[in-house]
Amino acid sequence: MSGNEGIARGAYEYGVRLASAYPGTPSTEILEYIGALYPEITAGWAPNEKVALEVAAGAAYGGARAMAVMKHVGLNVAADPFMTLSYTGVNGGLVIVVCDDPEMHSSQNEQDTRNYAKFGKVPCLEPSDSQEAKDLIGEALRISEEFDTPVILRSSTRISHSMSLVETKNRSEGPKELGLKKDPMKFVMLPAMARRRHPIVEQRLKDLAAFAETFSFNKIIMGDESLGIISSGVNFQYAREVAPAASFLKLGMVWPLPGKMIRDFASKVKRLVIVEDLDPFLEEAVRLMGIPVEGKELTGLCSELSPEKVEIALTGASSAKSIGAIDVELPLRPPNMCPGCPHRATFTALKKNKVYVSGDIGCYTLGALPPLGMLDHCLCMGAGIGVASGLDRALGDLAKGKAVAVIGDSTFFHSGMTPLLELAYNGGSTTVVILDNRTTAMTGAQNHPGTGFTLRETPTISADIEKLAESFGFKRIRTVNPYKIKELEDVVAEELNAPEPSLIISRAPCALLKAGRILSDKPLKIEKDVCKGCKSCINTGCPALEFVKIEEPVEGDKRKGFSRINSGLCVGCRTCFEVCKFDAVKEAS
Amino acid sequence: MSNDRVYNVLIVGVGGQGIILASDVLGMVAARHGYDVKKNEIHGMAQRGGSVSSHVRFGKFVSSPIIKMGEADVLLSFEQIETLRYFPFLSEKGKVIVNDLKILPPAVFTGKQDYPADVIGKIKEKVPDALVMNAEEIATQLGNPRVANVIFLGVLSKYLDIPVETYEEVLKESLKPKLVDINLKAFQKGRSLAAV
Repeated sequence: MSGNEGIARGAYEYGVRLASAYPGTPSTEILEYIGALYPEITAGWAPNEKVALEVAAGAAYGGARAMAVMKHVGLNVAADPFMTLSYTGVNGGLVIVVCDDPEMHSSQNEQDTRNYAKFGKVPCLEPSDSQEAKDLIGEALRISEEFDTPVILRSSTRISHSMSLVETKNRSEGPKELGLKKDPMKFVMLPAMARRRHPIVEQRLKDLAAFAETFSFNKIIMGDESLGIISSGVNFQYAREVAPAASFLKLGMVWPLPGKMIRDFASKVKRLVIVEDLDPFLEEAVRLMGIPVEGKELTGLCSELSPEKVEIALTGASSAKSIGAIDVELPLRPPNMCPGCPHRATFTALKKNKVYVSGDIGCYTLGALPPLGMLDHCLCMGAGIGVASGLDRALGDLAKGKAVAVIGDSTFFHSGMTPLLELAYNGGSTTVVILDNRTTAMTGAQNHPGTGFTLRETPTISADIEKLAESFGFKRIRTVNPYKIKELEDVVAEELNAPEPSLIISRAPCALLKAGRILSDKPLKIEKDVCKGCKSCINTGCPALEFVKIEEPVEGDKRKGFSRINSGLCVGCRTCFEVCKFDAVKEAS
Repeated sequence: MSNDRVYNVLIVGVGGQGIILASDVLGMVAARHGYDVKKNEIHGMAQRGGSVSSHVRFGKFVSSPIIKMGEADVLLSFEQIETLRYFPFLSEKGKVIVNDLKILPPAVFTGKQDYPADVIGKIKEKVPDALVMNAEEIATQLGNPRVANVIFLGVLSKYLDIPVETYEEVLKESLKPKLVDINLKAFQKGRSLAAV
């Protein structure tokens, strides 16, 4: 099982009744597994992580075991309920699964979730393989109920997406009685009540620190006393791989910390090293105890660790006998929008209008890369509309008619609705383009409130973006098919010139979706002798196109090359057809 | 090969080539054989044509899910230049299996950069017994271009000490019934092509 599968299995075995999440790499598969494998658990996608946590909190208030799942930056969105949930506590067990992404394999920053545990004064568990991922869900729920606190389970890309063997058990239900219980002193966070809750939180943290001393997932493994390593998560596995003889303090709970255990371990070893990636979280806590320790001067603050990095940190060199590199300049292979992607068509139309693009998070963020190069900023989920409005209002004529915000449908439902409302409310001339591809594409096509289906593909409502914008007061709402590039180009030009806020919905299903497909799936071809080699089609960045260089031109041929379509990849979106000025692109016979 | 060691297999290529399936099957085979198994892959944005790598490690006891740079016993690469990208992971004595296939990255298909020349030759300079084959072509001859990954699994099985029946068992269990025959054929074809 992968770590994510282990977490889903843990939810099943330990009696979780409700799970809620918003997709985000590397956490997405957890709710997908729950949806596919465990019908006993009520589960669904929430529009965003804040809502996911609130839904899970409701279940826990009612006595049910509950789980909210998100990637690290999702906890920023859910930070508001998170910080005060710490005060109210729970009733049924509540575990918040947060998957960090050190190295930013698929993220915009590499924040370290352990800081949130400390900030929110809640315990944080960290598995080091898939078996522990499953087991620690059970421990998290038990701790949550015993200490009346939400509990974070921190995973990482390497835990979530690594597979290891897992022993399974049957499901058992949570111990709490379900029901609507009135307890305003505990659950209504008016200042007077919150003031009473805060000391309870502080005492709880002390009690948890005492519990950490005997928690069975915190353990000392004595080996050679010349080197003692404190570590957790996948980094423990790396350290044990490269220094199997060393002594270890392996932490399954990284907040609060077992002070006595740490002192005890430190006193037994000659050299003490902390192996952790990102922030010096354990290191600072150990230093505060007055214990000399080595850490970040060896392992660094940025990026994830790896077996060789840990070995070099501990011994100064790698013992592996690598064959070495082959010295060739390699072209990078970044992810790219797929052949037939409707976003490519929209960006092509925007490019013709030479606009500044206020970006957002999704597949279309890849529009920043060459040859499109169309995104001018991308901050966080839902930021694009607000940033565009700010630019428009602050810069006046300098920005008027020159900037658009782009946002995908899933991101719009996540956190784009409130900035759209702000734009309608405070006005300006911003043009917003919703790239509605009918799915949450970047994370692998999950449903959302606009698709008409739930996590388990049950039919449900399909939120209507046009009506929503209308009810916000938008007067200018246009819906276009992005593959009709010239039409979209004109619509963008008109809306840019409008003196009031406008909304363009550029709607076509993701090219990977089978449902509602409008693509012909009939590859086009380019007539080699008609093609002038101008690269208009190539500059859309479609992977189904290739620029073939002419090494030995025939007399009179001044072209450097011509374009060719890979019929195995082309799905017939006609974006290249639309941009070709020389009619070189033809329907395949 | 002694039984205490850990085997390190690194499978690389481009999103959409069936790398994850191949490594899943290998992981299940090793587990069925009684090994401890760990496996890790980076596929965050792989569906969008990015570079993909899957680490498979098995033996009596495995700690890290990731192969240490320089310790891969086998580098199985589904694409020419991806072999070079991950080459330093290979140990001095490591084996290389390369698909004779070029998938052009954006800088190349847009004409900004050339695809490196003579990649296979450069690999052979370092690893003379590197096995090079066009798996898609062989798969097409077998009747289904999508079984290229299972041909490679067949090749790989010759380098490892797990009985062939275990692979066949796992393939039968993890595939749709109508795809079993063609995949078993592809697996055997791969075995017949391996040089060891």
